[in-house]
Order: sequence, then C-alpha cells, then structure tokens
Amino acid sequence: MEAVIFYFFGAALIASAIGVVTSRNPVHSAMFLVLAFVTSAFLWMLLEAEFLAIVLVLVYVGAVMVLFLFVVMMLDVKVEQARAGFTRYAPLGIAVVMIIVAQLGYVVWARTQEMNFLQAPPRADAGFSNTELLGSQLYTDYAYPFELAAVILLVAIVAAIALTMRKRPGLKVQDVARQVQVRREDRVRLVSMDAEKGE
Amino acid sequence: MIGVAHYLTLAGLLFALSVAGIFLNRKNVIILLMCIELMLLAVNFNFITLSRFLGDAAGQVFVFFILTVAAAESAIGLAILVVLFRSRRSINVEELDSMKG
Amino acid sequence: MQQVLLTIVLAPLVASVVAGLFGAYVGRKGAHWLTILGVAVSFVLSTWVLRGLLVGDLAPFNDTVYTWGISDGVHMAVGFLVDRLSATMMVVVTFVSLMVHIYTIGYMHDDPGYQRFFSYISLFTFSMLMLVMANNFLQLFFGWEAVGLVSYLLIGFWFTRPTAIHANLKAFLVNRVGDFGFLLGIAAVLFYTGTLDYAEVFAAAPAIAGETIEIFSGRPWAAPTLICLLLFVGAMGKSAQVPLHVWLPDSMEGPTPISALIHAATMVTAGIFMVARMSPLFELSPTALSVVLVIGATTALFMGLLGLVQNDIKRVVAYSTLSQLGYMTVALGASAYAAGIFHLGTHAFFKALLFLAAGSVIIGMHHEQDIRRMGGLRRYMPITYWTALLGSLALIGFPGFSGFFSKDAIIEAVHASTIPGAGYAHACVLIGVFVTALYTFRMFFLVFHGSERMDEHVRAHLKESSLVVTAPLVLLAIPSVVIGWMAMEPVLFGQYFGQALMVSSERDVLAAVGSHGTDPAYFLVHGLTAPPFLLAMAGVFVAWWLYLYRPAMAPAIAERFRWIQGILVNKYYFDEVNEKALAPAVRALGQGLWRFGDQRLIDGAIVNGSARFIGWLSGVIRRLQSGYLYHYAFAMILGLAGMLGWLLMKG
Repeated sequence: MEAVIFYFFGAALIASAIGVVTSRNPVHSAMFLVLAFVTSAFLWMLLEAEFLAIVLVLVYVGAVMVLFLFVVMMLDVKVEQARAGFTRYAPLGIAVVMIIVAQLGYVVWARTQEMNFLQAPPRADAGFSNTELLGSQLYTDYAYPFELAAVILLVAIVAAIALTMRKRPGLKVQDVARQVQVRREDRVRLVSMDAEKGE
Repeated sequence: MIGVAHYLTLAGLLFALSVAGIFLNRKNVIILLMCIELMLLAVNFNFITLSRFLGDAAGQVFVFFILTVAAAESAIGLAILVVLFRSRRSINVEELDSMKG
Repeated sequence: MQQVLLTIVLAPLVASVVAGLFGAYVGRKGAHWLTILGVAVSFVLSTWVLRGLLVGDLAPFNDTVYTWGISDGVHMAVGFLVDRLSATMMVVVTFVSLMVHIYTIGYMHDDPGYQRFFSYISLFTFSMLMLVMANNFLQLFFGWEAVGLVSYLLIGFWFTRPTAIHANLKAFLVNRVGDFGFLLGIAAVLFYTGTLDYAEVFAAAPAIAGETIEIFSGRPWAAPTLICLLLFVGAMGKSAQVPLHVWLPDSMEGPTPISALIHAATMVTAGIFMVARMSPLFELSPTALSVVLVIGATTALFMGLLGLVQNDIKRVVAYSTLSQLGYMTVALGASAYAAGIFHLGTHAFFKALLFLAAGSVIIGMHHEQDIRRMGGLRRYMPITYWTALLGSLALIGFPGFSGFFSKDAIIEAVHASTIPGAGYAHACVLIGVFVTALYTFRMFFLVFHGSERMDEHVRAHLKESSLVVTAPLVLLAIPSVVIGWMAMEPVLFGQYFGQALMVSSERDVLAAVGSHGTDPAYFLVHGLTAPPFLLAMAGVFVAWWLYLYRPAMAPAIAERFRWIQGILVNKYYFDEVNEKALAPAVRALGQGLWRFGDQRLIDGAIVNGSARFIGWLSGVIRRLQSGYLYHYAFAMILGLAGMLGWLLMKG
C-alpha cells in the first residue's frame, strides 16, 4: 500500500515537474507547479509530516502560487518570445544535469546502503500529533529563529509594497503637517481700500 | 518496502529537473523563479525524509523556516519583476544586461 | 659628578641657542658675553674634572644619563665616559674654543653675522664635547655628525661667496664618504657584539677576534680588521687623511677663527681621538694598524710637500695641519696612541696659535691672504711676530718646544715599530720633518721678514691688532712652548691615560722608546744630536737661503723642476681625478640606477606595472560579468556541481 502510494505520487510529482520545466505557456507551468506541490504534500503525509504538508498546500498553493499566477497573467508574457532559444543550450544543460544526477545517485546509493540506521522507524500511533511536536520545538528551542523568521516576513511585506507602490503624478494627497503649520499671513491678505467713490 | 533511498532519489530527480529547467527556460524569469521553488521543494523533501528516518523533529523545523524564507523570496522576486516590467515593458532576460561589467 | 658633566655639555648649547635664536634681542655684546660665559664655564669645570682625575679625587665616570630607546635589546642612550683621555680632550677643546671666542670679538668685529657666528661656534663646542664624552657609539656618531654639520655651516659662513658654498659642499660630501664607512663600522660593531656601549664592546672584543667574514667569496676577513678599517674610513674623512683630505684646504674659505678651532685644533682631530678611543679594537688587528700607519705616513709627507707651493697664508697652515694630522695617524698606526694624543694636544695649541696669528696678519693686511704681497711685518706687528715665531718653532719641533717632544716621540715610536709599513712610515716622517721646517719658515720669512711687498695704502694702515686678538695669541703661546716639557713624561711613559688606552705588549713601542730614559731633559739632549733636529734645522736654513738670502733662487728652482712644481700646484691632481673621473662615474651610476632602478623597475614595473596588471586582469574578468542572469545561474550551478564533486572526492 505504502509503495503504491509512493510510486503513484512520485510519478505524478516527476511528471508535473517535467511539465513545469517544459510547458510553453507560463500559466501551464504555474498550474503544474501547483500540482507538484500538492503531490509532494501527499508524500510528506506519508513521511508523517502532516503539519508541513498542510502548510505547503495552504501557504504555497493558496498564497504563493496564486501570486505567481496573478503576476504571470498581469505581465502577459508572449509565449513565442519567451521560448526562443529553448533548445540551443539544451545539450549543455542536459550534460550538467546528468553530472548532477550521477553525483546525487552516487551519494544516495553508494552511501546509504552501508548505513543501517536509516531503517524506517515504526509508525506513530493514532494519538500522536505532529503539529504539537513541531510547536513544542518551535516555541522552546527555536523561539529566537522563529521570531527572526517573523521579522523576515515583515521585511518582505514592506519590501514588496515599497517596490511596487508608485506615486502617480497627478495624485492629490493631504499633508497634515503642512496643514497644521499654516499661519494666517500665508492665507489671508488684508487689503485696505477706500470706500467707493462716486463717479 | 519504501526506504530512505527512494525518497532521496525522488528528491534528487526533482532537483535535477529544476536545474534542467533553469537551463532550458533561460529567457523567462518567471519560470526561473518557479524552478527555484521546485529546487527548494526538493531540498525540503530531503529534510523531511531524513527527519523521519532519523526521528529528529529539527529537520521539520528547518523546513518550516525554509518555507518562510522561500515565501518572502518569491514575494520580493515577483515584486521586482512587476517593477521591472513596469519600467521596461518586458521581462525578457536577453534585454536585462545593464549590469554588464 | 653627573651634574657637572651635564653642565659642561649644556652650557655652550644653551648659549648657542640663545645667541642663535634670540640674537636680535641679546645684541652683539649679549651674544659674545653669553657664549664666552658658556664656554668659560665648560672650561673651568673641565679643568676641575681633569685635575680631579689626575689627583685622584674623582673616579672615572661611565654611566648613562638618559635612555633614548631600547630596541631589540640594543640600548640607545646618552651617556658619558669621562676618563683621563676624554677629560684631556675636554680641556683642550674648551680652552681652544674659549680662546677662539675671545679672538672672534676682534676678528668678526664688522661682520653682520656676528651673533650667528657665536651661536655656531658654541654649538660646535657642544657637539665636540658630546663626541669626546660619549660612552657609546651612537652618541659618538651624533657628535661626529653634529661637528660635521657645524663645520659645513661655518665653512659656508659667508654664504654669498660662491667659493665658500663650493667649499662647504665639498667638505660635506667628502665627509659623507667617510661617514658612510664609519656608520658601516658601527653597524659591524653592533652586528658582532650586539651592543653600542664602549665598555661592553671592548669587553666583547677579544671574543670576536677569531671571527671572519667573507665579503667576496673565498676571501675571509678577520672581523676586527673589517670593523677597524671601516671605522678608520670615518676617521680618514673627519681627520682629512689621503685620499679624503681634499676638503680641508678648501675649508679655509671659512673665517679664520673657524680654521683655527675646527679645522686645525679640534674637529679634525676627532678621527685621531676616535681611533685612540677604539685602541682595544685596533690592537686586535695588525692589518688595520698597518693601513693606518701607511695612510698616515703618506699624508704626513705628501701633504707637507704641497705646503711648499701654496701662496695663501691660510692654505699653507692648512696643509701643515694635514701633514701634522698625518703624524698623529702614524702614531696611532704604530700603536703609540699616547704619542698621537699627545701630539694632538700640543698641535691643538700651536696650530690654533698659528692660525690665529695668520688671522691677525690678515686683519692687519686688510684681508689680503697672499704671502707674496706681504713681508717685513715684524716691525708693524711685534706681538703677532713673536707668538707666530713660537708657534712655528713648536711646529717644526725645535728642541724644548711642545712640538719637539710629541713629534720626536712619534718618530721614535715609528722607528721602534716592527709592523709592515713601518720602514716606509719612518722614512716619510723623517723627510716630513725637513719639509715641515721648510714650508713653515718659508711662510714665516715671507710674511714677517724681507722686503715689504704690499702696496702703499695697506702699509700706511698696518698696525698691531687689538687686545682681544693678541691676548689669545699670548695665552696660546704659553702652552705651545711649555706643555710638552710639562706633560711629556707622564703622558708618554707614565700612567697618565691609565686604562683609557690599550696597547698589546708585543707592540708597545713607547716602552721601547722610553727604555733609554724618560725625562724631558734626556730627550732634549738626545734630540739635539738626532736626525729630526738636524733635518729641521736644515729646513729652516734652506728656507732662509731661498727666501731671504737669495730670493731669486726660488723661482729659478721652480722653473728647473717645472713638472714637480706642476704636480704640487695641482695637488697631485686629486681634485681633477675626483671631478673628472669619480664624480661623473658616481653620477653615471646614480643616473643608471635612477633610469633603470627607479624609473623602469620601481615606477615602471612595480608601481605602474601593478596598476596595469590589475587593469588587464579586470579587463579579462569583466567579460565574465555579462549582465545576463542565466550566465550567473549557469556559473552557480557549475559551481554547485564542482563542489559536490569535490566533496565526493574527499570522501
């Protein structure tokens, strides 16, 4: 059963990853990426990382990928232009990828065989809460990095807004400070005039 | 029986695919960003796998932080893209060479 | 004791600073009273110190007064070593300096640079005292350079005269050559002993006697020989030994009191003093002593010969100074250090006397210095005449006068010496006696006797100089006559210098000289029958014959031996060789080093070269920076693959 789930979702993950890389349309790429995230969320479930699996779906699929889609659609990238020169660097890219695959494969197969500690531990019982475990870790040992992460998010929010917000030239804005500073002499001109003379 | 090697292989393939994606889609910045997301996903996969097989929750905490940073990164990256597009009417990587030495 | 020594040194310095910097405020009178007071204080205290040392009230002083710095274990300090040797020098220096100060009041009476002059000579006194009182090589070098500086300033005192500027530059440059050797010598001392303090160096000296150094491969030099030769190069510059003598005759461009003080009595004897002070080192190297002996003998004879053809009264005295310095050097080379110092002392008195007398004549003649236009001055300047006569007799070594004892001791010492070169040196000093007498009395007769060759205007104004000029003459004449008689026995044969001078027993020539008898009376009797006296009398007689009795003969002889005359007038062509061969060669070397070393190597290759290299390198590197994102990404991934591969290789 576990093997079936692993191979099914593993194949789906690889397939959707290939889709992300090879799609002609960025919108399709984004959709394949969503699929990749969802399938890996299933696989993470299999690895008893339930909290992170949910977070992946909620944050990535729900927020980040929506942002991606939004940007892709807003910018309206021309497909033909973006695909130009797709194959020119392909051989080189494939060669480098092959090297990396070989290296990773060597690491995985040659090095993990001899390590017997990497046997799967028994499944946790039904009452076990992954979220609780993670929470107890985060709020005790990792409280300080956790707050740093919060600050990073805040900075990211501020940066994103600061980058994209623009002032339009004709925009009317209210400057409270200047309003408060106003004195009568700036606004009112007293003119003394003679009473109207008869013609 | 699905062992640690299976998961690691899967993550390795995912990583290799994203690297290939960076090579193949060198013109389109958005897909480059997506490939980076994919790469981070592969890394997260490794962390979670080893966290499970070593019985150590620290790996998952790490993934948590990586997710945070990745979200921030993609938000800022996309914001930069929007600004770039607004000023140059294009996000073609070929034209972005004003940082040339 | 330390306060006394500090006062001795600092009194002239303070006076000099005040007279130099505040000359406009203290005025002429203030300047000369102040500096004379400073030097007088030094003189009185020096005399007190010397008396204390001789009587035994005071022990020799050797201590550090001020530590300037310690670097890598080398102690750099201001310290004084005052034993009988340095105390004697102090008394000589301050006495002559005092006389010159007084004399200057008359000599420089009309000069606009009056205060400046007094400031300089007081500064000189300070420097010279620092030199002789030093207890370490660093302070010795300080004094050495300081007297050189003051000498430079004073030769060029009349800085509007081109000849004076040329002369002081020459003195400075020639002294640089010597000082370079001296500095190398000090460095060698430091290298071998690790200390600059005299006492420690002398204590360590026997230990380095066996060491050798290979400057040229395959030619090992004994370390003491190297050190002594280098130090002696310094002495050659300062004491004007052949071939570094060329500056001294030209230094006569300076005012006459300076010629007397610096270029006759004190500064030029610094080299002699230094070698005597270093006697424990020189005694280790017979080779160096031979070199010293030969150089000194050459200087003594051949510089004396030059005195025969000079017509400038000061230059005659200058060449006689050179010759006498040669005698002192000969004494050092023969290990008769005491005789050298003794001659130094007597020479300081009678040569200063002769210079000041010459100055007096020059004042009387309205700054005419050519002896061919003088003559018969005896009638007009009696005091100058008599004092000059006493000085001349002392110079030629007339029995009984101070020069007789010191010079005779040197000649006897050379005669007794057995080191290589002693025979040559003995011949040189013997002929030198004849030459000395000849040129001294040639000058004396031409100036004071014979027909009056000056013009009417000058003759009308001829009169004896004022008291401030004649008083120093008289005061200097007294020691010129009697000091030899008084001091000879203890200085040469007794324990006058105590431990200050060291002579190894196999070369103790003075003991050999003294084996027949040591009292002055014996010397006097012996001297009357010895060759030097006869030679001196012959010299006087020839001078009388040629310049008084048959004045026409001298030009005839000169005509006959024209080529010798030519060589002598041109001073053996030393200046020509220097200017035509050495100077262009050195300049070409400098030019070459500048062209190649500076412009090509340093500027071209190192300075501009590194900039060019960086430019070229960045030109190459900037191609890597294409500005394209995917190039960077590609490089990053390649790096990743490479790093992974490396980690795998490492295991």
